[in-house]
Amino acid sequence: MTTTASPVKPRRSLSARREGRDGLVMIAPTALIVVVIIVVPIIWNVVLAFQDTSLKTIAEHGVTGSPTLDNVLAVVTAPSFWSSLWTTIIYSVGATAGSVALGLAAALAFRRPFRGRGLVRTFMLLPYVAPVVAVAFVWKVLLNPQYGLLNAWGTSFLGWNAPIDFLGQRPLALMTVIFFDIWRYFPFAFMFFTARILAMPNEIEEAARVDGATPSQAFRHIVFPQLVTTIALLCLLRLIMTFNKFDDVYLLTGGTAGTEIAPVRVYDQLTGNLDIGGAAANALVLAVILAVFLTVYMRFFGRKGQDA
Amino acid sequence: MNRLAFELRLWPVLRWALIVFLIVITVFPFYYMVMLSFVPIEQLLTHPGRLWVPVQSFTADTYAEVLRSEDDGGQGFAHFMRNSAIVSLSCTVLTLVAVIPAAYAVSRLRFRGRDTIGAMFLAVYMFPAIVIAIPLFVGFTKVGLGASLVGLVLVYIALTLPVSVHMLRSYFETIPESIDEAAKIDGASRWMILRRITVPLAMPTIMSTALYIFMIAWNELLFALLFLVTDRDSWTVSLGLTQLANGIEVSKTVLMAGSVLLTVPVVLLYGLAERALTEGLTAGADKG
Repeated sequence: MTTTASPVKPRRSLSARREGRDGLVMIAPTALIVVVIIVVPIIWNVVLAFQDTSLKTIAEHGVTGSPTLDNVLAVVTAPSFWSSLWTTIIYSVGATAGSVALGLAAALAFRRPFRGRGLVRTFMLLPYVAPVVAVAFVWKVLLNPQYGLLNAWGTSFLGWNAPIDFLGQRPLALMTVIFFDIWRYFPFAFMFFTARILAMPNEIEEAARVDGATPSQAFRHIVFPQLVTTIALLCLLRLIMTFNKFDDVYLLTGGTAGTEIAPVRVYDQLTGNLDIGGAAANALVLAVILAVFLTVYMRFFGRKGQDA
Repeated sequence: MNRLAFELRLWPVLRWALIVFLIVITVFPFYYMVMLSFVPIEQLLTHPGRLWVPVQSFTADTYAEVLRSEDDGGQGFAHFMRNSAIVSLSCTVLTLVAVIPAAYAVSRLRFRGRDTIGAMFLAVYMFPAIVIAIPLFVGFTKVGLGASLVGLVLVYIALTLPVSVHMLRSYFETIPESIDEAAKIDGASRWMILRRITVPLAMPTIMSTALYIFMIAWNELLFALLFLVTDRDSWTVSLGLTQLANGIEVSKTVLMAGSVLLTVPVVLLYGLAERALTEGLTAGADKG
């Protein structure tokens, strides 16, 4: 069937036309949901970004106001926007690099079998699958200056003079949040690296080792080159996801103490000031920045990734 | 000692140190969560550095308090869990109903717009969730879905679609097309093939996709927070715990019991289907 169907033929066979119709019908519900819940809101967000709206005016008049550049201008001229963007970048890059590196190290450590490996591997994914609200709460209790385990141990065993407020002071709070994300997302990288390593042929590395290569040389020249595309893919995926991430920072610090990342700032604008136009403009600027970054990234690395 | 001998000693030591470190950081927070969920708050405040609980101070009152409804002096988590279960289960079923034919179509059929739809799928999910959150918040409020679980289910379906399609499509592509052809020659329609052949063959992958969807829906916070925060009756467990943890009225160990209740269903399901889930999520990653 697939051999007879060709989209370039002006008159397609009956079965090809039926195939096309079935395909559209099968994909219709999914496409409909994506359009209604994702695409329309994105477009609407662009409209909102250019309107002077609050929740109240929308409730009364709907979307009618004349377009204005005020929101977007207000966003890009506000110093707090640029500082939140900078925080977001530090947070995204730090958490991405850390979680990919730790995930790689973990996958390499688990490469050769040992007793109980299957069970321990299952444990590794716990931080990733557990609900973020629950694990963030545990971390907050563990790090609490009054009754947190870490400070109790630090002051009694490590000789700290006073409890440390890990989530309440700069620049420590941002570092703590990054550590939290490394902890929470290294399993994601671990999972991908493990799948990749499993599919890798062992012969070349074994041959190199027989010829006297040290483990680090074998890794550097044989294993690592085979992992480069996975590393690049993971960095890209994690960077996008962390850049857009809201929950982790919101739950740990609420955006205080130098951790105000952009999505939390948008949330505050939306719920705190009910400044819908401002929030939409802020979100739009973020999306544009991400899109520019992705385009540049694809230009530089896209072709390289394809032929590997 | 030459470099080779040195490395042959060094790496095994570092490897075991790393494995032990990883076990500690992944398991300990969960152990600590469970432990604190069984003690009265005074125990935590007076002995913050303790790693175990003396048997006599063990209590299950924390669970009783967190589960009881608000009218009975509790925190109403039983109700929150019911809400979360309704949302997550209906989201899982509905997403699968939409996604199975879609994944089949993308993996098997040629039709106009297939590639466009695929590209749109990718592009659209690069946007921060907060971008769609604002219009959805406004739009749902307008059509009366603002503070309802129905609105939340709709959003969760949309959020879980792309990865679900990816997981299923990767598996469908491994089923030989000759099976479809044979059934077709015997007169089966496309939908019959999907229902009688593809779905039964792909059952393990469908289950792991279902698990993925359930987990995302069960764990989600942002949209629950935006849509439901004012209506305590429709809070999900994630939202309930977030809101109560922000206050100071509820004791931390009671909230730990809440955290355990929030975590257990997801971890249990994950334990049952760990391998299938990791294989589904990393489908295609082994090609490098």
